[in-house]
Amino acid sequence: MSVQEIPKELESHLKPPLLFGSGRGRVLTIFIMVLLFALPMLAWGMGNQFYLDFSSRIVCLAIAAVSLNLILGYGGLVSFGHAAFVGIGAYAVGIPAYHGYESAWLHFPLAMFAAALFALVTGAISLRTKGVYFIMITMAFAQMAYYFFLSLEEYGGDDGMTLWDRSDFGFIDISNKLTFFMLAYVLLAVCICLTFKIVHSRFGMVLRGCNSNEARMKALGYNTYAYRLTAYVISGAMCGLAGALIGNLQDFVTTDTMTWTRSGELMFMVILGGAGSLFGPVLGAIVFLLLEEILSAYTIHWHLPFGAFLIFCVLFVKGGMNGLVTRDWITGSKQGEK
Amino acid sequence: MSKTLLKVESLKKTFGGVVATDDVSFDVQLNEIHAVIGPNGAGKTTLITQLFGEQLPDAGSVFFQGENITRLATNKRSAKGLARSFQITSVFFDFSVLDNVALAVQAHKGHSFKFWQAATTEIELRQAAMDALHKVKLDKRASMKASELSHGERRQLEIAMALATNPVFLLLDEPMAGMGAEESASMFGLLKSLKEQRAILLVEHDMDVVFGLADRISVLVYGRLIATGTPDEIRRNPQVREAYLGEE
Repeated sequence: MSVQEIPKELESHLKPPLLFGSGRGRVLTIFIMVLLFALPMLAWGMGNQFYLDFSSRIVCLAIAAVSLNLILGYGGLVSFGHAAFVGIGAYAVGIPAYHGYESAWLHFPLAMFAAALFALVTGAISLRTKGVYFIMITMAFAQMAYYFFLSLEEYGGDDGMTLWDRSDFGFIDISNKLTFFMLAYVLLAVCICLTFKIVHSRFGMVLRGCNSNEARMKALGYNTYAYRLTAYVISGAMCGLAGALIGNLQDFVTTDTMTWTRSGELMFMVILGGAGSLFGPVLGAIVFLLLEEILSAYTIHWHLPFGAFLIFCVLFVKGGMNGLVTRDWITGSKQGEK
Repeated sequence: MSKTLLKVESLKKTFGGVVATDDVSFDVQLNEIHAVIGPNGAGKTTLITQLFGEQLPDAGSVFFQGENITRLATNKRSAKGLARSFQITSVFFDFSVLDNVALAVQAHKGHSFKFWQAATTEIELRQAAMDALHKVKLDKRASMKASELSHGERRQLEIAMALATNPVFLLLDEPMAGMGAEESASMFGLLKSLKEQRAILLVEHDMDVVFGLADRISVLVYGRLIATGTPDEIRRNPQVREAYLGEE
Protein backbone atom coordinates (compact mmCIF):
# COMPACT_ATOMS: atom_id res chain seq x y z
CA MET A 1 0.00 0.00 0.00
CA SER A 2 1.57 3.25 -1.08
CA VAL A 3 -0.71 5.59 0.82
CA GLN A 4 -0.26 5.32 4.55
CA GLU A 5 -3.80 6.36 5.22
CA ILE A 6 -5.41 4.06 7.73
CA PRO A 7 -8.80 2.69 6.70
CA LYS A 8 -11.42 3.29 9.37
CA GLU A 9 -12.28 -0.32 10.03
CA LEU A 10 -8.62 -1.15 10.64
CA GLU A 11 -8.00 1.53 13.24
CA SER A 12 -8.98 -0.62 16.17
CA HIS A 13 -6.84 -3.48 14.88
CA LEU A 14 -3.58 -1.59 14.61
CA LYS A 15 -2.81 -1.14 18.27
CA PRO A 16 0.88 -1.32 19.06
CA PRO A 17 1.69 -3.78 21.86
CA LEU A 18 2.42 -2.39 25.32
CA LEU A 19 5.71 -3.16 27.05
CA PHE A 20 4.20 -3.43 30.52
CA GLY A 21 0.94 -4.98 29.38
CA SER A 22 -2.31 -3.54 30.67
CA GLY A 23 -4.58 -3.64 33.68
CA ARG A 24 -3.39 -5.10 36.97
CA GLY A 25 -0.43 -6.81 35.34
CA ARG A 26 0.89 -3.41 34.30
CA VAL A 27 0.80 -2.02 37.83
CA LEU A 28 2.46 -5.08 39.30
CA THR A 29 5.16 -5.24 36.66
CA ILE A 30 6.20 -1.63 37.07
CA PHE A 31 6.07 -1.97 40.85
CA ILE A 32 8.34 -5.03 40.83
CA MET A 33 10.84 -3.54 38.40
CA VAL A 34 11.08 -0.38 40.52
CA LEU A 35 11.39 -2.42 43.71
CA LEU A 36 14.07 -4.61 42.19
CA PHE A 37 16.09 -1.48 41.58
CA ALA A 38 15.24 0.55 44.68
CA LEU A 39 15.54 -2.05 47.43
CA PRO A 40 19.17 -3.00 46.76
CA MET A 41 20.00 0.71 46.56
CA LEU A 42 18.40 1.20 49.93
CA ALA A 43 20.24 -1.76 51.40
CA TRP A 44 23.51 -0.46 50.04
CA GLY A 45 22.75 3.01 51.42
CA MET A 46 22.33 1.44 54.83
CA GLY A 47 25.63 -0.31 54.44
CA ASN A 48 24.25 -3.78 53.84
CA GLN A 49 26.38 -5.29 51.07
CA PHE A 50 24.78 -8.71 51.26
CA TYR A 51 21.47 -7.67 49.80
CA LEU A 52 23.16 -5.82 46.98
CA ASP A 53 25.05 -8.98 46.00
CA PHE A 54 21.93 -11.04 46.44
CA SER A 55 19.99 -8.70 44.16
CA SER A 56 22.76 -8.80 41.56
CA ARG A 57 22.42 -12.56 41.59
CA ILE A 58 18.67 -12.29 41.07
CA VAL A 59 19.14 -9.90 38.16
CA CYS A 60 21.80 -12.07 36.46
CA LEU A 61 19.69 -15.21 36.73
CA ALA A 62 16.66 -13.23 35.58
CA ILE A 63 18.52 -12.47 32.33
CA ALA A 64 19.16 -16.20 31.87
CA ALA A 65 15.50 -16.93 32.63
CA VAL A 66 14.33 -14.23 30.18
CA SER A 67 16.49 -15.81 27.49
CA LEU A 68 15.06 -19.26 28.20
CA ASN A 69 11.55 -17.83 28.18
CA LEU A 70 12.00 -16.70 24.58
CA ILE A 71 12.21 -20.29 23.36
CA LEU A 72 10.36 -22.10 26.15
CA GLY A 73 7.54 -19.67 26.82
CA TYR A 74 7.05 -18.17 23.39
CA GLY A 75 8.54 -20.86 21.19
CA GLY A 76 7.32 -23.90 23.10
CA LEU A 77 10.78 -25.46 22.98
CA VAL A 78 11.57 -27.03 26.34
CA SER A 79 15.33 -26.72 26.51
CA PHE A 80 16.83 -28.60 29.41
CA GLY A 81 20.34 -27.45 28.67
CA HIS A 82 20.33 -23.73 29.16
CA ALA A 83 22.89 -23.83 31.96
CA ALA A 84 25.45 -24.74 29.30
CA PHE A 85 25.13 -21.25 27.82
CA VAL A 86 25.60 -19.72 31.27
CA GLY A 87 28.73 -21.82 31.73
CA ILE A 88 30.11 -20.96 28.30
CA GLY A 89 29.51 -17.28 29.04
CA ALA A 90 31.34 -17.56 32.35
CA TYR A 91 34.32 -19.35 30.81
CA ALA A 92 34.44 -16.71 28.07
CA VAL A 93 35.35 -14.36 30.89
CA GLY A 94 37.55 -16.75 32.87
CA ILE A 95 39.74 -18.14 30.12
CA PRO A 96 40.81 -14.83 28.49
CA ALA A 97 41.34 -13.35 31.97
CA TYR A 98 43.62 -16.27 32.82
CA HIS A 99 45.72 -15.39 29.78
CA GLY A 100 45.84 -11.75 30.77
CA TYR A 101 43.09 -10.32 28.55
CA GLU A 102 40.94 -8.29 30.92
CA SER A 103 38.81 -6.19 28.58
CA ALA A 104 35.08 -6.52 28.98
CA TRP A 105 34.78 -5.54 25.34
CA LEU A 106 36.44 -8.86 24.58
CA HIS A 107 34.74 -10.92 27.32
CA PHE A 108 31.13 -9.99 26.75
CA PRO A 109 31.01 -10.22 22.93
CA LEU A 110 33.01 -13.45 23.14
CA ALA A 111 30.55 -14.87 25.68
CA MET A 112 27.60 -14.08 23.45
CA PHE A 113 29.31 -15.26 20.29
CA ALA A 114 30.53 -18.54 21.79
CA ALA A 115 27.12 -19.27 23.28
CA ALA A 116 25.42 -18.41 19.99
CA LEU A 117 27.78 -20.73 18.11
CA PHE A 118 27.13 -23.55 20.57
CA ALA A 119 23.39 -22.89 20.17
CA LEU A 120 23.68 -22.95 16.38
CA VAL A 121 25.49 -26.28 16.25
CA THR A 122 23.52 -28.08 18.97
CA GLY A 123 20.23 -26.44 17.96
CA ALA A 124 20.64 -27.52 14.34
CA ILE A 125 20.67 -31.12 15.57
CA SER A 126 18.30 -30.85 18.55
CA LEU A 127 15.55 -29.10 16.59
CA ARG A 128 15.23 -32.12 14.33
CA THR A 129 13.62 -33.84 17.31
CA LYS A 130 10.39 -33.07 19.13
CA GLY A 131 8.92 -33.17 22.62
CA VAL A 132 10.64 -35.40 25.12
CA TYR A 133 13.46 -36.16 22.68
CA PHE A 134 14.21 -32.46 22.39
CA ILE A 135 14.39 -32.17 26.18
CA MET A 136 16.76 -35.12 26.40
CA ILE A 137 19.03 -34.08 23.56
CA THR A 138 19.45 -30.50 24.80
CA MET A 139 20.32 -31.91 28.19
CA ALA A 140 22.80 -34.32 26.62
CA PHE A 141 24.55 -31.50 24.77
CA ALA A 142 24.72 -29.46 27.96
CA GLN A 143 26.30 -32.41 29.74
CA MET A 144 28.85 -32.70 26.94
CA ALA A 145 29.78 -29.06 27.45
CA TYR A 146 29.92 -29.66 31.20
CA TYR A 147 32.38 -32.54 30.88
CA PHE A 148 34.39 -30.66 28.29
CA PHE A 149 35.07 -27.79 30.69
CA LEU A 150 35.54 -30.22 33.56
CA SER A 151 38.37 -31.87 31.65
CA LEU A 152 40.27 -28.62 31.06
CA GLU A 153 42.98 -29.06 33.71
CA GLU A 154 44.66 -25.87 32.57
CA TYR A 155 41.58 -23.89 33.57
CA GLY A 156 41.02 -25.48 36.94
CA GLY A 157 39.11 -28.61 35.95
CA ASP A 158 36.61 -29.42 38.65
CA ASP A 159 38.25 -26.99 41.10
CA GLY A 160 37.18 -24.04 38.97
CA MET A 161 39.26 -20.92 38.46
CA THR A 162 39.42 -17.70 40.41
CA LEU A 163 38.90 -14.40 38.63
CA TRP A 164 41.48 -12.07 40.13
CA ASP A 165 39.98 -9.06 38.42
CA ARG A 166 36.54 -8.41 37.04
CA SER A 167 36.11 -7.60 33.34
CA ASP A 168 37.47 -4.15 32.54
CA PHE A 169 34.96 -1.84 30.87
CA GLY A 170 37.29 1.15 30.89
CA PHE A 171 34.84 3.88 31.76
CA ILE A 172 33.10 2.01 34.57
CA ASP A 173 34.53 -0.24 37.26
CA ILE A 174 32.35 -3.27 37.91
CA SER A 175 34.46 -4.48 40.82
CA ASN A 176 32.39 -1.87 42.61
CA LYS A 177 29.37 -3.87 43.75
CA LEU A 178 26.95 -1.03 43.14
CA THR A 179 28.23 -0.38 39.62
CA PHE A 180 27.98 -4.07 38.89
CA PHE A 181 24.39 -4.18 40.05
CA MET A 182 23.46 -1.19 37.93
CA LEU A 183 25.12 -2.66 34.86
CA ALA A 184 23.33 -5.97 35.37
CA TYR A 185 20.02 -4.19 35.88
CA VAL A 186 20.44 -2.14 32.71
CA LEU A 187 21.34 -5.28 30.74
CA LEU A 188 18.26 -7.04 32.13
CA ALA A 189 16.13 -4.11 31.00
CA VAL A 190 17.73 -4.25 27.55
CA CYS A 191 17.12 -8.00 27.29
CA ILE A 192 13.48 -7.58 28.29
CA CYS A 193 12.99 -4.79 25.74
CA LEU A 194 14.65 -6.88 23.04
CA THR A 195 12.46 -9.86 23.88
CA PHE A 196 9.43 -7.56 23.80
CA LYS A 197 10.38 -6.30 20.35
CA ILE A 198 11.13 -9.78 19.06
CA VAL A 199 7.98 -11.54 20.25
CA HIS A 200 5.71 -8.91 18.72
CA SER A 201 7.57 -8.66 15.44
CA ARG A 202 6.85 -10.76 12.38
CA PHE A 203 9.50 -13.17 13.58
CA GLY A 204 7.87 -13.42 16.99
CA MET A 205 4.46 -14.09 15.48
CA VAL A 206 5.97 -16.95 13.53
CA LEU A 207 7.74 -18.29 16.63
CA ARG A 208 4.52 -18.20 18.63
CA GLY A 209 2.61 -19.70 15.74
CA CYS A 210 5.03 -22.65 15.68
CA ASN A 211 4.33 -23.12 19.37
CA SER A 212 0.59 -22.99 18.88
CA ASN A 213 0.28 -25.21 15.81
CA GLU A 214 3.34 -26.28 13.87
CA ALA A 215 1.49 -28.32 11.25
CA ARG A 216 -0.58 -25.29 10.33
CA MET A 217 2.53 -23.10 10.12
CA LYS A 218 4.04 -25.51 7.61
CA ALA A 219 0.77 -25.56 5.68
CA LEU A 220 0.87 -21.77 5.53
CA GLY A 221 4.30 -21.98 3.95
CA TYR A 222 6.69 -21.39 6.82
CA ASN A 223 10.00 -23.17 7.17
CA THR A 224 9.44 -23.65 10.89
CA TYR A 225 12.86 -25.19 11.47
CA ALA A 226 14.73 -22.08 10.32
CA TYR A 227 12.71 -19.78 12.56
CA ARG A 228 13.07 -22.00 15.58
CA LEU A 229 16.80 -22.34 15.07
CA THR A 230 17.17 -18.56 14.84
CA ALA A 231 15.24 -18.14 18.08
CA TYR A 232 17.41 -20.79 19.72
CA VAL A 233 20.57 -18.93 18.71
CA ILE A 234 19.24 -15.57 19.96
CA SER A 235 18.27 -17.20 23.24
CA GLY A 236 21.70 -18.80 23.54
CA ALA A 237 23.51 -15.53 22.96
CA MET A 238 21.39 -13.77 25.56
CA CYS A 239 22.05 -16.54 28.05
CA GLY A 240 25.78 -16.30 27.31
CA LEU A 241 25.59 -12.67 28.36
CA ALA A 242 24.02 -13.75 31.65
CA GLY A 243 26.89 -16.22 32.05
CA ALA A 244 29.53 -13.52 31.59
CA LEU A 245 27.82 -11.48 34.30
CA ILE A 246 27.52 -14.44 36.65
CA GLY A 247 31.23 -15.26 36.24
CA ASN A 248 32.08 -11.71 37.22
CA LEU A 249 29.60 -11.70 40.08
CA GLN A 250 31.08 -14.85 41.64
CA ASP A 251 34.69 -13.80 40.95
CA PHE A 252 35.00 -17.47 40.27
CA VAL A 253 34.34 -19.62 37.22
CA THR A 254 33.40 -23.25 37.70
CA THR A 255 31.50 -26.01 35.95
CA ASP A 256 29.07 -25.83 38.85
CA THR A 257 27.25 -23.08 36.92
CA MET A 258 26.46 -25.52 34.11
CA THR A 259 25.30 -28.72 35.78
CA TRP A 260 21.96 -30.06 34.61
CA THR A 261 20.31 -29.11 37.90
CA ARG A 262 21.05 -25.48 37.04
CA SER A 263 19.18 -25.93 33.78
CA GLY A 264 16.29 -27.27 35.81
CA GLU A 265 16.39 -24.26 38.10
CA LEU A 266 16.18 -21.91 35.13
CA MET A 267 13.19 -23.84 33.82
CA PHE A 268 11.52 -23.55 37.20
CA MET A 269 12.07 -19.80 37.28
CA VAL A 270 10.39 -19.45 33.91
CA ILE A 271 7.46 -21.74 34.72
CA LEU A 272 7.07 -20.38 38.25
CA GLY A 273 6.94 -16.81 37.00
CA GLY A 274 4.80 -17.52 33.97
CA ALA A 275 6.13 -18.97 30.72
CA GLY A 276 5.27 -16.82 27.73
CA SER A 277 4.84 -13.65 29.75
CA LEU A 278 7.41 -10.92 29.34
CA PHE A 279 8.21 -10.22 32.99
CA GLY A 280 7.24 -13.64 34.34
CA PRO A 281 10.82 -14.97 34.36
CA VAL A 282 11.98 -11.95 36.40
CA LEU A 283 9.24 -12.63 38.91
CA GLY A 284 10.20 -16.31 38.87
CA ALA A 285 13.87 -15.56 39.53
CA ILE A 286 12.98 -13.29 42.45
CA VAL A 287 10.62 -15.77 44.09
CA PHE A 288 12.92 -18.72 43.44
CA LEU A 289 16.02 -17.13 44.97
CA LEU A 290 14.14 -15.51 47.85
CA LEU A 291 12.55 -18.82 48.82
CA GLU A 292 15.85 -20.62 48.52
CA GLU A 293 17.44 -18.02 50.79
CA ILE A 294 14.66 -17.98 53.37
CA LEU A 295 14.09 -21.74 53.55
CA SER A 296 17.78 -22.56 53.75
CA ALA A 297 18.07 -20.28 56.77
CA TYR A 298 15.62 -22.48 58.66
CA THR A 299 16.78 -25.94 57.79
CA ILE A 300 19.48 -27.71 55.84
CA HIS A 301 16.73 -29.90 54.40
CA TRP A 302 15.23 -26.88 52.67
CA HIS A 303 14.99 -28.70 49.36
CA LEU A 304 12.07 -30.71 50.73
CA PRO A 305 9.56 -27.88 51.39
CA PHE A 306 10.93 -26.08 48.35
CA GLY A 307 10.18 -29.07 46.13
CA ALA A 308 6.70 -29.36 47.59
CA PHE A 309 6.11 -25.69 46.82
CA LEU A 310 7.26 -26.11 43.22
CA ILE A 311 5.01 -29.13 42.71
CA PHE A 312 2.10 -27.15 44.14
CA CYS A 313 2.79 -24.26 41.75
CA VAL A 314 3.05 -26.46 38.68
CA LEU A 315 -0.17 -28.29 39.55
CA PHE A 316 -2.36 -25.45 40.70
CA VAL A 317 -1.01 -22.10 39.57
CA LYS A 318 -1.74 -21.98 35.87
CA GLY A 319 0.28 -19.34 34.07
CA GLY A 320 2.68 -18.95 37.00
CA MET A 321 2.91 -15.93 39.31
CA ASN A 322 2.15 -13.68 36.37
CA GLY A 323 -0.99 -15.64 35.63
CA LEU A 324 -2.22 -15.16 39.19
CA VAL A 325 -2.23 -11.42 38.75
CA THR A 326 -3.39 -11.00 35.17
CA ARG A 327 -6.19 -13.55 35.44
CA ASP A 328 -9.64 -12.11 35.52
CA TRP A 329 -10.97 -13.94 38.57
CA ILE A 330 -14.60 -13.39 37.64
CA THR A 331 -14.67 -14.70 34.09
CA GLY A 332 -11.58 -16.87 34.48
CA SER A 333 -9.92 -15.52 31.35
CA LYS A 334 -6.60 -13.78 31.19
CA GLN A 335 -6.51 -10.06 30.62
CA GLY A 336 -3.84 -7.73 29.31
CA GLU A 337 -1.13 -10.07 28.12
CA LYS A 338 -1.40 -11.98 24.94
CA MET B 1 -8.56 -26.96 -24.01
CA SER B 2 -8.37 -25.65 -20.50
CA LYS B 3 -5.16 -25.62 -18.59
CA THR B 4 -4.18 -28.51 -16.33
CA LEU B 5 -3.08 -27.26 -12.91
CA LEU B 6 -2.64 -30.48 -11.03
CA LYS B 7 -1.89 -33.90 -12.44
CA VAL B 8 -1.62 -37.03 -10.33
CA GLU B 9 -0.13 -40.19 -11.79
CA SER B 10 -0.47 -43.67 -10.27
CA LEU B 11 -0.13 -42.51 -6.70
CA LYS B 12 0.37 -45.29 -4.14
CA LYS B 13 0.52 -45.25 -0.36
CA THR B 14 0.30 -48.12 2.08
CA PHE B 15 0.30 -48.21 5.87
CA GLY B 16 1.44 -51.68 6.81
CA GLY B 17 -1.10 -53.95 5.14
CA VAL B 18 -3.63 -51.19 4.48
CA VAL B 19 -3.62 -49.71 1.01
CA ALA B 20 -4.68 -46.10 1.57
CA THR B 21 -4.02 -44.88 -1.95
CA ASP B 22 -4.11 -47.48 -4.66
CA ASP B 23 -2.86 -46.42 -8.08
CA VAL B 24 -4.74 -43.12 -8.15
CA SER B 25 -4.54 -40.93 -11.27
CA PHE B 26 -6.55 -37.82 -12.06
CA ASP B 27 -6.13 -34.18 -12.99
CA VAL B 28 -7.62 -30.85 -12.00
CA GLN B 29 -8.12 -28.03 -14.52
CA LEU B 30 -8.00 -24.29 -14.03
CA ASN B 31 -11.39 -22.84 -13.00
CA GLU B 32 -12.56 -26.25 -11.90
CA ILE B 33 -13.97 -27.60 -8.68
CA HIS B 34 -13.02 -31.22 -8.57
CA ALA B 35 -14.74 -33.11 -5.77
CA VAL B 36 -13.46 -36.32 -4.24
CA ILE B 37 -16.10 -38.39 -2.53
CA GLY B 38 -16.07 -41.78 -0.95
CA PRO B 39 -17.15 -43.65 2.18
CA ASN B 40 -15.35 -43.14 5.49
CA GLY B 41 -11.85 -44.55 5.42
CA ALA B 42 -11.65 -44.40 1.63
CA GLY B 43 -8.38 -42.47 1.88
CA LYS B 44 -9.57 -38.97 0.99
CA THR B 45 -7.59 -37.12 3.65
CA THR B 46 -4.57 -39.31 3.01
CA LEU B 47 -4.77 -38.28 -0.62
CA ILE B 48 -4.80 -34.60 0.35
CA THR B 49 -1.81 -34.98 2.67
CA GLN B 50 0.15 -36.50 -0.21
CA LEU B 51 -0.78 -33.71 -2.58
CA PHE B 52 0.33 -31.21 0.06
CA GLY B 53 3.53 -33.01 1.06
CA GLU B 54 2.65 -33.76 4.66
CA GLN B 55 2.97 -37.42 3.79
CA LEU B 56 5.00 -38.74 0.90
CA PRO B 57 3.62 -41.37 -1.47
CA ASP B 58 5.33 -44.75 -1.85
CA ALA B 59 5.12 -44.50 -5.62
CA GLY B 60 3.66 -42.32 -8.35
CA SER B 61 4.00 -38.61 -9.11
CA VAL B 62 2.29 -35.32 -8.52
CA PHE B 63 2.67 -32.51 -11.04
CA PHE B 64 1.68 -28.93 -10.32
CA GLN B 65 1.64 -26.55 -13.29
CA GLY B 66 3.82 -29.01 -15.15
CA GLU B 67 6.41 -29.31 -12.42
CA ASN B 68 7.07 -32.51 -10.50
CA ILE B 69 6.38 -31.73 -6.86
CA THR B 70 6.04 -35.28 -5.57
CA ARG B 71 8.77 -34.93 -2.96
CA LEU B 72 8.68 -31.19 -2.37
CA ALA B 73 8.44 -29.93 1.25
CA THR B 74 5.07 -28.61 2.39
CA ASN B 75 6.17 -25.02 2.92
CA LYS B 76 7.60 -24.92 -0.62
CA ARG B 77 4.34 -26.19 -2.08
CA SER B 78 2.63 -23.34 -0.29
CA ALA B 79 5.04 -20.93 -1.95
CA LYS B 80 4.06 -22.37 -5.33
CA GLY B 81 0.41 -21.53 -4.72
CA LEU B 82 -1.11 -24.54 -3.04
CA ALA B 83 -3.11 -24.16 0.15
CA ARG B 84 -5.17 -26.50 2.24
CA SER B 85 -7.81 -26.40 4.92
CA PHE B 86 -8.09 -29.08 7.55
CA GLN B 87 -10.96 -31.45 8.28
CA ILE B 88 -10.35 -31.02 12.00
CA THR B 89 -10.08 -27.27 12.52
CA SER B 90 -6.42 -26.39 12.73
CA VAL B 91 -5.92 -22.75 13.65
CA PHE B 92 -4.01 -20.81 16.31
CA PHE B 93 -6.54 -20.93 19.11
CA ASP B 94 -4.72 -18.56 21.43
CA PHE B 95 -4.41 -15.88 18.72
CA SER B 96 -7.08 -13.38 17.73
CA VAL B 97 -9.03 -14.13 14.57
CA LEU B 98 -7.30 -11.31 12.73
CA ASP B 99 -3.87 -12.43 13.95
CA ASN B 100 -4.61 -15.91 12.63
CA VAL B 101 -5.24 -14.60 9.15
CA ALA B 102 -2.44 -12.02 9.36
CA LEU B 103 -0.02 -14.84 10.07
CA ALA B 104 -1.22 -16.54 6.91
CA VAL B 105 -0.79 -13.31 4.91
CA GLN B 106 2.66 -12.78 6.37
CA ALA B 107 3.85 -16.15 5.07
CA HIS B 108 3.53 -14.85 1.51
CA LYS B 109 4.35 -11.16 1.86
CA GLY B 110 8.07 -10.75 2.18
CA HIS B 111 10.19 -12.70 4.65
CA SER B 112 9.58 -12.98 8.36
CA PHE B 113 13.12 -12.49 9.65
CA LYS B 114 12.07 -9.07 10.85
CA PHE B 115 12.69 -8.62 14.52
CA TRP B 116 11.73 -5.02 15.26
CA GLN B 117 8.45 -3.63 13.98
CA ALA B 118 5.38 -4.98 15.73
CA ALA B 119 3.53 -7.20 13.26
CA THR B 120 0.19 -5.93 14.60
CA THR B 121 1.00 -2.45 13.30
CA GLU B 122 1.81 -3.47 9.72
CA ILE B 123 -1.06 -1.97 7.78
CA GLU B 124 -0.40 -4.12 4.74
CA LEU B 125 -0.72 -7.36 6.71
CA ARG B 126 -3.78 -6.24 8.63
CA GLN B 127 -5.55 -4.96 5.52
CA ALA B 128 -5.01 -8.15 3.54
CA ALA B 129 -6.10 -10.20 6.53
CA MET B 130 -9.22 -8.10 6.91
CA ASP B 131 -10.02 -8.55 3.21
CA ALA B 132 -9.82 -12.32 3.61
CA LEU B 133 -12.11 -12.13 6.65
CA HIS B 134 -14.58 -10.08 4.62
CA LYS B 135 -14.69 -12.82 2.00
CA VAL B 136 -15.77 -15.43 4.53
CA LYS B 137 -17.98 -12.89 6.38
CA LEU B 138 -16.00 -13.15 9.59
CA ASP B 139 -14.85 -9.52 9.77
CA LYS B 140 -17.13 -8.78 12.74
CA ARG B 141 -15.21 -11.34 14.76
CA ALA B 142 -11.75 -9.98 13.95
CA SER B 143 -10.66 -9.15 17.48
CA MET B 144 -12.09 -12.24 19.15
CA LYS B 145 -9.86 -15.11 20.11
CA ALA B 146 -10.08 -18.04 17.71
CA SER B 147 -10.94 -20.29 20.64
CA GLU B 148 -14.08 -18.23 21.29
CA LEU B 149 -15.53 -18.80 17.82
CA SER B 150 -18.41 -21.18 17.16
CA HIS B 151 -17.71 -24.34 15.24
CA GLY B 152 -19.05 -22.94 11.97
CA GLU B 153 -17.04 -19.75 12.37
CA ARG B 154 -13.88 -21.77 12.92
CA ARG B 155 -14.55 -23.51 9.63
CA GLN B 156 -14.85 -20.09 7.97
CA LEU B 157 -11.58 -19.04 9.59
CA GLU B 158 -9.95 -22.14 8.12
CA ILE B 159 -10.96 -21.01 4.66
CA ALA B 160 -9.93 -17.39 5.30
CA MET B 161 -6.45 -18.55 6.29
CA ALA B 162 -6.11 -20.72 3.22
CA LEU B 163 -7.30 -17.80 1.05
CA ALA B 164 -4.92 -15.34 2.69
CA THR B 165 -1.94 -17.16 1.20
CA ASN B 166 -3.25 -16.20 -2.27
CA PRO B 167 -3.42 -19.74 -3.54
CA VAL B 168 -3.89 -20.88 -7.10
CA PHE B 169 -5.00 -24.27 -5.89
CA LEU B 170 -7.11 -24.99 -2.85
CA LEU B 171 -7.27 -28.36 -1.14
CA LEU B 172 -10.38 -28.25 1.02
CA ASP B 173 -10.94 -31.10 3.44
CA GLU B 174 -14.63 -31.13 4.38
CA PRO B 175 -15.05 -27.36 4.69
CA MET B 176 -18.77 -27.70 5.55
CA ALA B 177 -18.41 -30.39 8.21
CA GLY B 178 -20.66 -29.56 11.15
CA MET B 179 -21.90 -26.27 9.72
CA GLY B 180 -25.46 -25.01 10.16
CA ALA B 181 -27.74 -24.60 7.13
CA GLU B 182 -27.23 -20.85 6.89
CA GLU B 183 -23.43 -21.01 7.24
CA SER B 184 -23.40 -23.84 4.75
CA ALA B 185 -25.31 -21.80 2.21
CA SER B 186 -22.95 -18.86 2.48
CA MET B 187 -19.94 -21.16 2.20
CA PHE B 188 -21.51 -22.69 -0.88
CA GLY B 189 -21.67 -19.29 -2.56
CA LEU B 190 -18.13 -18.48 -1.49
CA LEU B 191 -16.63 -21.68 -2.89
CA LYS B 192 -18.47 -21.14 -6.15
CA SER B 193 -16.94 -17.69 -6.49
CA LEU B 194 -13.48 -18.93 -5.56
CA LYS B 195 -12.91 -21.21 -8.51
CA GLU B 196 -12.41 -18.31 -10.92
CA GLN B 197 -8.72 -18.16 -11.87
CA ARG B 198 -8.12 -21.00 -9.44
CA ALA B 199 -8.88 -24.64 -8.93
CA ILE B 200 -10.31 -26.44 -5.95
CA LEU B 201 -10.00 -30.02 -4.86
CA LEU B 202 -12.97 -30.53 -2.58
CA VAL B 203 -13.44 -33.40 -0.18
CA GLU B 204 -16.97 -33.26 1.18
CA HIS B 205 -19.63 -35.55 2.62
CA ASP B 206 -22.63 -33.34 1.90
CA MET B 207 -23.86 -34.72 -1.43
CA ASP B 208 -26.06 -31.68 -2.19
CA VAL B 209 -22.99 -29.51 -1.94
CA VAL B 210 -20.83 -31.83 -4.00
CA PHE B 211 -23.31 -32.30 -6.83
CA GLY B 212 -24.24 -28.61 -6.75
CA LEU B 213 -20.70 -27.29 -6.85
CA ALA B 214 -18.42 -29.73 -8.56
CA ASP B 215 -17.55 -29.61 -12.23
CA ARG B 216 -16.18 -33.11 -11.98
CA ILE B 217 -16.33 -35.75 -9.28
CA SER B 218 -13.94 -38.59 -8.49
CA VAL B 219 -15.11 -41.50 -6.38
CA LEU B 220 -12.63 -43.13 -4.06
CA VAL B 221 -13.34 -46.52 -2.52
CA TYR B 222 -10.75 -48.33 -0.40
CA GLY B 223 -8.01 -46.16 -1.83
CA ARG B 224 -8.97 -46.92 -5.41
CA LEU B 225 -10.48 -44.42 -7.82
CA ILE B 226 -13.49 -46.20 -9.29
CA ALA B 227 -14.84 -43.37 -11.42
CA THR B 228 -14.24 -39.79 -12.52
CA GLY B 229 -16.76 -37.69 -14.40
CA THR B 230 -19.31 -34.90 -14.40
CA PRO B 231 -22.00 -35.00 -11.69
CA ASP B 232 -24.45 -36.47 -14.17
CA GLU B 233 -22.08 -39.21 -15.26
CA ILE B 234 -21.34 -40.06 -11.64
CA ARG B 235 -25.01 -40.13 -10.76
CA ARG B 236 -25.64 -42.62 -13.57
CA ASN B 237 -22.55 -44.75 -12.97
CA PRO B 238 -23.73 -48.20 -11.77
CA GLN B 239 -20.44 -48.96 -10.03
CA VAL B 240 -20.68 -45.80 -7.99
CA ARG B 241 -24.27 -46.45 -7.07
CA GLU B 242 -23.35 -49.88 -5.83
CA ALA B 243 -20.28 -48.84 -3.91
CA TYR B 244 -21.34 -45.59 -2.48
CA LEU B 245 -24.60 -43.91 -3.22
CA GLY B 246 -26.58 -47.03 -2.44
CA GLU B 247 -29.08 -48.97 -4.51
CA GLU B 248 -32.56 -47.58 -4.69
